[in-house]
Amino acid sequence: MTRMAATRDGYGQALLELAENKKVVVLEADLGKSTKSLHFRKAYPDRTISCGIGEQNMLLVAAGMASSGYIPFASTFAIFTERAFEQMRNGVARPKLAVHLCGSHGGTHTGTDGSSAQSIEDLAIYRTLPNVTVMHPSDEVSTRILTKQLATSPNPSYMRTARNKTPVLYDDVPEDSIQIGKGIELKNGSDVAIVACGVLVSEALKAADMLAGEGIHATVVDMHTIKPLDTGLIDEVAQRCGCIVTAEDHSVIGGLGGAVAEHLSMTSTTPLERVGVKDRFGESGQSDEMLELMQLSAPHIANAARRAIHRK
Amino acid sequence: MQPTIEELEELARKCRIEIVKMVYRAQAGHPGGSLSEIDLLAGLYGTTMRVRSDQPDWEDRDRFILSKGHASPGMYALLAERGFISHEDLKSYRVLGGVCQGHVDMKWCPGVDFSAGSLGMGLSYGMGCAIAAKLDGSERRAFVMLGDGEIQEGSIWEAAMAAAHHELGNLKVILDRNRIQNDDFCETQMRMFDIPAKWRAFGWNVKEIDGHNMNEVVEGMNYLSETNDGPSILIAHTVKGKGVSFMEDNPSFHGAAPNDEQYAQALSELGVKV
Repeated sequence: MTRMAATRDGYGQALLELAENKKVVVLEADLGKSTKSLHFRKAYPDRTISCGIGEQNMLLVAAGMASSGYIPFASTFAIFTERAFEQMRNGVARPKLAVHLCGSHGGTHTGTDGSSAQSIEDLAIYRTLPNVTVMHPSDEVSTRILTKQLATSPNPSYMRTARNKTPVLYDDVPEDSIQIGKGIELKNGSDVAIVACGVLVSEALKAADMLAGEGIHATVVDMHTIKPLDTGLIDEVAQRCGCIVTAEDHSVIGGLGGAVAEHLSMTSTTPLERVGVKDRFGESGQSDEMLELMQLSAPHIANAARRAIHRK
Repeated sequence: MQPTIEELEELARKCRIEIVKMVYRAQAGHPGGSLSEIDLLAGLYGTTMRVRSDQPDWEDRDRFILSKGHASPGMYALLAERGFISHEDLKSYRVLGGVCQGHVDMKWCPGVDFSAGSLGMGLSYGMGCAIAAKLDGSERRAFVMLGDGEIQEGSIWEAAMAAAHHELGNLKVILDRNRIQNDDFCETQMRMFDIPAKWRAFGWNVKEIDGHNMNEVVEGMNYLSETNDGPSILIAHTVKGKGVSFMEDNPSFHGAAPNDEQYAQALSELGVKV
């Protein structure tokens, strides 16, 4: 039986594990219970800064602390990080201050809160900022491991976590087998490469199983880091498989699919199909209903794979 | 050794000359807000700031955050007079590759603690510096200069509320109340009503001074240094363009350079023998 867990819990756990470094501080904008920074707050109240419901202030308080030698982890809902985008741009990315921003409850997967809460553009906007690492891990374990690695990164970062539980893929793996900027090949096939991130990695694995029933052997990559993109791995799977499908719970514009398309446009003519939110807003629904409505679930990824193979 | 009032006034006068020269050479930039802030900067750096020009990144230095970062000529002139950069560096204002970027930038210029350019950001940043100082058990302070037009930004009030909540006695603000913003007088663009009352209501210690009377400026700096029970703000009533008659109280010189004739007149008014 696959263990189910939410990536936001991996984030909360990582903060606790990082706490022995006295320079690690946590900033909240009232949503610590939701983003899971609350565990750190309970254990280390002196190193947790409440910014009230004020995201713009939070980002720059974090920047000021980073300039003074601290390692700030700031979190709120993915959608609310966006109102502090210019603070992230001008106050964090431009002076390259290693502030780590976590946006939880990202994507349509966040569910019944509806379209106002379903950030489908966060990965795209942060990806446009020089110096910023952008990640969307697929499970609780990789989120924990990648969050811990951020504490020694010289770059600011944006990481999206998810509200709802997804299958845990990396129980018991050695921590150094997951690295910022290195995609993970979960399945090795030669007919099509499915490059996915976040909550759609487990859907991509299901899609690969469906395709295997038809004799189609798919490579599945967990591309948890959208920037810097692991272009070496993209080139490798493009050459081996001859076609690529990207899958993300995010707009088809500017996210993982956009990043892969930009790269392929310079290096090869490999056919690419992008599974993502098709330039529209969501609505209230359960996670599984949303993935279906938005055509992001395993059968849709499998369909995209068939289309990509047909275009070879 | 504390400089005399006359020495501080002379420091400000020299800076005013450099401000006019920088903006004239670049034929761009913001003279008005630089001239209104410069007596305050001279007073702050002359009497209060604990910094080392030969070690600009000294860890325990006081931080100064020019949140109204367009008034960079004032900051650069002061940094040159205090030995952080050279007078030659001032010629690089708005020039490709120069340390004197259009808006003050910590990545480019020694002695600059904040990369400014977008209004409403410096108070939050200063708050982060102040919290870090407290966590470190350090005596260092964070001084933030705001423009009066700038406090129309909502994020200023997020920070004002948060700084009082966290009782940041080491966070000190100087408000350059020059009454003019980009397009026109503040009163026309956005009435701000009782500014001191607003800050008091947010939980701040407030003092008002004439920002061009050096005795009052020094008193104001002493007030900031001695007020440590929560954040404090010095509201300095100033004149935009102060020291150059045709720039004074003139919205046209928020962001415009003098022509040849105006340049000669400005230098003459500032006591430069041409």
